[in-house]
Amino acid sequence: MAKWMSVAQVKEKIEESSAEEVTASYLEIIGKSKINGFITVSDKALEDVRKIDSEGHDGPLAGVPIAIKDNISVVGLPNTCGSKILEGYIPPFSAHVIEKLLAAGAVILGKTNLDEFAMGSSTETSHFGPTANPWDLERVPGGSSGGSAAVVAAGEAPFALGSDTGGSVRCPAAFCGVVGLKPTYGAVSRYGVVAYANSLEQIGPLANNVTDIAVLMDIIAGYDRRDSTSIDSKIEYQKSLVDNVKSLKIGVPKEFFGEGIHPDVEKAVWDSIHKYESLGASWEEVSMPNIRYALASYYIIAMSEASSNLARFDGTRYGFKESGENWHAMVSKTRADGFGKEVIRRILLGTYALSAGYHNKYYLKALKVRTLVKQDFAKALAKVDLLIAPTMPNPAFKIGEKIEDPLTLYLSDVNTCPINLAGVPSISVPCGFTDGLPIGLQIMGKPFDEPTVLRAAYTFEQNTDYHTKRPPEVA
Amino acid sequence: MITKEDVEHIGWLARIEVSEQETVEYMDKLNSVLEYFGQLDELPTEDVAPTYHVAEIFNVFREDVVEESLPQEVVLANTEHKQDGYFRVPKIG
Repeated sequence: MAKWMSVAQVKEKIEESSAEEVTASYLEIIGKSKINGFITVSDKALEDVRKIDSEGHDGPLAGVPIAIKDNISVVGLPNTCGSKILEGYIPPFSAHVIEKLLAAGAVILGKTNLDEFAMGSSTETSHFGPTANPWDLERVPGGSSGGSAAVVAAGEAPFALGSDTGGSVRCPAAFCGVVGLKPTYGAVSRYGVVAYANSLEQIGPLANNVTDIAVLMDIIAGYDRRDSTSIDSKIEYQKSLVDNVKSLKIGVPKEFFGEGIHPDVEKAVWDSIHKYESLGASWEEVSMPNIRYALASYYIIAMSEASSNLARFDGTRYGFKESGENWHAMVSKTRADGFGKEVIRRILLGTYALSAGYHNKYYLKALKVRTLVKQDFAKALAKVDLLIAPTMPNPAFKIGEKIEDPLTLYLSDVNTCPINLAGVPSISVPCGFTDGLPIGLQIMGKPFDEPTVLRAAYTFEQNTDYHTKRPPEVA
Repeated sequence: MITKEDVEHIGWLARIEVSEQETVEYMDKLNSVLEYFGQLDELPTEDVAPTYHVAEIFNVFREDVVEESLPQEVVLANTEHKQDGYFRVPKIG
């Protein structure tokens, strides 16, 4: 069986043989994995898929396997969030997106590795060890949805779900040479994803091609009353897949090509812009002066929200628990031993930013800067249909290279986190290579204008071959 | 700049035990991040309203009706520390 298949090819294989054979073949590939992409491989996948073969299923994904980031709840499978503190926890309910996938007939292969509680850009802070980049096993796959991106790049799953708080779908998509979409805030229900920073995050799909991203969005997007920020946009995603960018106006925000950008990344992105021009689109430079403050604003908001969200992990109802002479001691010890260092740093900084005397200086200030960043997007996108920039300023770095200095690692989110502050949709598609490492092109659009974002991504894909390249080390 | 005492205080607020040695380690790393955050001071924002979230929706209400919920034993299944249908925890102080 071919190792890298599109969803359409998977469905053909199921027709030719059986859903069980297809899932068994993916489980075999996972069994020989060199990348540590999965935290849990589902022991029920074969049982689930046999049921689909024997009883039949008329859903759009009948028998099609998928990998799920391990911060999205699947009833009956551990949901570790890459943390020791959720040791032994089995969620008694499934996320909205999982309910939708199961109703469509999808088979959950397993849960993929991530930075602990999705806090990172390298998948190195997981309690279960780092995931390797399939293109170079000594390098990080990006993060925090590094497991999801890496297993898709390595052919261990046809597609996957991740979550994106400040770039956590797009960064690993860029580093692993796959496609990843951060939908408009509110497009996909967050019910059942373990919250890190609610006002910023969205669940998003990762796949080997733009079509499969649209296939997944048609299933997971839509209104869910259990997420009060959920909005029914009634978008038909697969209908956006049109190979035509004639008369499309592209904005190139110069602030996304800042100091420290790798020259090959800059060249690959400009080559892509000229490719669009040759296909009938026009481009102009635009300025977004407040983008330079987005990273600080993003981290203050994310850490503040995290310090509140992660207060629930106290050892009383589930997961890892230490003992102590009273409640405060028990909770303080449980959290000290259950959380990793990066999570603790973010909780401490978030607590500080919200504490008496510092709230206005940090948290309120960051929220005001967020307004300015959002206005920058609105102004730029009033003039043009899309914004195009590098997803990541540099290719994947070495495992261990940045882990000791948190600030250096934070700076790698410089081009992805502004999008989450503004809540706009953004996709990363493969657009080149440097020394054998993939480069990602970031295409950003107006809120709920995924159709234009997907159309541009699809057109690029139809007219280039970067998305057909496979990592030799795992072939 | 935050001090060792600040780290101890926020550790208490966040209910995370921080050892003597860790206090210094966290203080250094937290200060380097806070120094970076300080760049926001140069941007005037007196007349700017804060953005808490970007969804253009406000006051999401629903009818106050009882709906199906998870059974009690399912909710309690993830811990050994329970008694008479309740979670059991050490006394507060």
